[in-house]
Amino acid sequence: MMYKSRKQKWKVVVFFLTILLALLFIASLSFGASFISPVAIFNSVLSSTPGQYDLVLFEFRLPRIVLAILIGIGMAVSGAILQSATQNGLADPGILGINSGAGFAVILYIFFTQGIRFESELLQLYILPIFALCGALLAAFLIYIFSWKKSSGVTPIRLILVGIGINAAFSALIIILQLKMDPRSFTQATVWLSGNISGVSWSYTYALLPWLIVLLPIVLFKARYLNVLTLGDAMSTGLGVNVNRQRKWLLLLAVGLAGSCVAVGGGISFLGLVAPQLAKKLVGPRNEILLPVSALVGAVLLLFSDLVSRTILAPSEIPIGLVVSAIGAPYFIYLLIKS
Amino acid sequence: MALLNGTNTSRNRFFAIMIVTFGTIILCLSMAVSIAFGAVNINLSTVWESVVSYDPSKTTHQIIINLRMPRVVAAALVGSALAIAGAIMQGMTRNPLASPSIMGVTSGATFAIAMALAFFTSLSPIGTMFAAFIGASIGAGLVFGIGMLSRNGLTPVKLALAGSAITALLSSISSAIAIHFNVAKDLSFWYAGGVAGIQWESVGPAIPVFIISIILAIMISSSITVLSMGEDVAIGLGQKTGLIRTIGFLVVLLLTGAAVSISGTIGFVGLVIPHMIRFLVGTDYRLIIPCSAVLGGLLLVLADIGARMINPPFETPVGAIMALIGVPFFLYLARREGGR
Repeated sequence: MMYKSRKQKWKVVVFFLTILLALLFIASLSFGASFISPVAIFNSVLSSTPGQYDLVLFEFRLPRIVLAILIGIGMAVSGAILQSATQNGLADPGILGINSGAGFAVILYIFFTQGIRFESELLQLYILPIFALCGALLAAFLIYIFSWKKSSGVTPIRLILVGIGINAAFSALIIILQLKMDPRSFTQATVWLSGNISGVSWSYTYALLPWLIVLLPIVLFKARYLNVLTLGDAMSTGLGVNVNRQRKWLLLLAVGLAGSCVAVGGGISFLGLVAPQLAKKLVGPRNEILLPVSALVGAVLLLFSDLVSRTILAPSEIPIGLVVSAIGAPYFIYLLIKS
Repeated sequence: MALLNGTNTSRNRFFAIMIVTFGTIILCLSMAVSIAFGAVNINLSTVWESVVSYDPSKTTHQIIINLRMPRVVAAALVGSALAIAGAIMQGMTRNPLASPSIMGVTSGATFAIAMALAFFTSLSPIGTMFAAFIGASIGAGLVFGIGMLSRNGLTPVKLALAGSAITALLSSISSAIAIHFNVAKDLSFWYAGGVAGIQWESVGPAIPVFIISIILAIMISSSITVLSMGEDVAIGLGQKTGLIRTIGFLVVLLLTGAAVSISGTIGFVGLVIPHMIRFLVGTDYRLIIPCSAVLGGLLLVLADIGARMINPPFETPVGAIMALIGVPFFLYLARREGGR
């Protein structure tokens, strides 16, 4: 009975989240520098002849929306894995410094190829995620060795404290590099670092999509190990899981997701924290369900933040990462008070 | 512990006197070096000459007194202010991770400066300082509010987490506002943290605040020692803990606000210095506070010299350098505090 009701609830939650996502999707297409009514959008989609809104809708607004959804999914799943694998409800790629590690690598890349614009070379867009990934891995590696102690392994609290420290170090390195850049690259880097998806083209989506297509199925496949790891190390070993090996694999996946998202979207913090936490409230801790629902919540949250970032202070646009932080930080504080 | 042990106390006092004496000498020397060193190198003797007999007709004297002097004085003042603030916070809250930047006091001050910049485009130095005081209180209030609301109070770890969350929140709001009001570039100065290009007009108003706060800090230093042994001990010894805490936090807010209004966000000074000092001179805050003042000033003056030497003619923000110095230390503390 119990099992069945939970299963039903899961379906209801997914249903409502999908509707919410669809509504946000339409709203995101409508709102912007010029308002396009949903009816006009509908006509534009259906008509075979090129309409007046086609350029704005399909080349400006749609790639941005798709990218927001993809990044939302990637960050949320990354956060969900981190939280389960480290048994730490406060883990998030942004707070732990994985994002700033990836950001550092990207800034390093921009620094050495100064003057070359992001969009001018398509190749760059495909190279950046690889760089970001290396940076994210470096950060994760540093966090892991500094928080590992012979006596007690990696405790959740130490992990997060060390993460804050690593975050500060990478941020300092980023500032040092940034100030050596020419003014244009500097501004570009600043905007990108605060998490930004304005003015993106389809090529950004193509750069991120392969990573998600490869990584997400592996994550889903590993979800059952994640369930076991949540029970704690002793229990997991008892159940015959090679704890350290599985955890390393899962962390690697989380780092890969966060790194590739940072490469195209910049440093978006707190999304990886909030989305899995909300999802857990909605559907409980079973990872086979939790991971997809987290992804959905992440997509909804990021699309909502994008809408806010474009409309709240219009005509100026604020980086989406700032909106996510403004929503996520209070939630983080709430969790802190409760725990 | 040291208070109860006679030989230790005299040893600690000896160390403290050595630190203050030699620290001050080295501080003065490095300030002189810092003044002499720059785009045009100036002899140390000329530096001395311009201080004792200032001649406005000489260009070098003008450079020294009007350009380089305010910078180095700012570095020394900011460094000692942040170090004292950190020492007081660590003593009063008995929390080894307490320091102005981790507790969100600095980010609060920066936030208020950003708001003031956005709404009053041009800010007088005194106005900036006033905004920074208000902001520092907001930042500290928020972090302590979280501490009061949470069930087990503010453990060291929670404090660091709450501080970084508040910092993220305030800085994202102020960045958004800065972008909207087109003051993002002005604001980036406060975030990077540095003493480059500082004029007497912005250092001047902060000097009386520093002097008053330092006197207050030394006056309550023995009470802080008692507080650092625990609330129960302090009450048992008949101390007015509420009064001491109020004065202590007032001093912290004044020092941090004034420091941020001069130099923007410079972290880790208030964390690292008091720990080093406690290691050297024990737990008596009558010794810790003067020593922190001297070494904090020294550290920031040296870091500022480093900031100019790393990549001339560009300047590396001193805040970033302090972070690179401070992070290994923070990691060490994190390993110690986060473990069981």
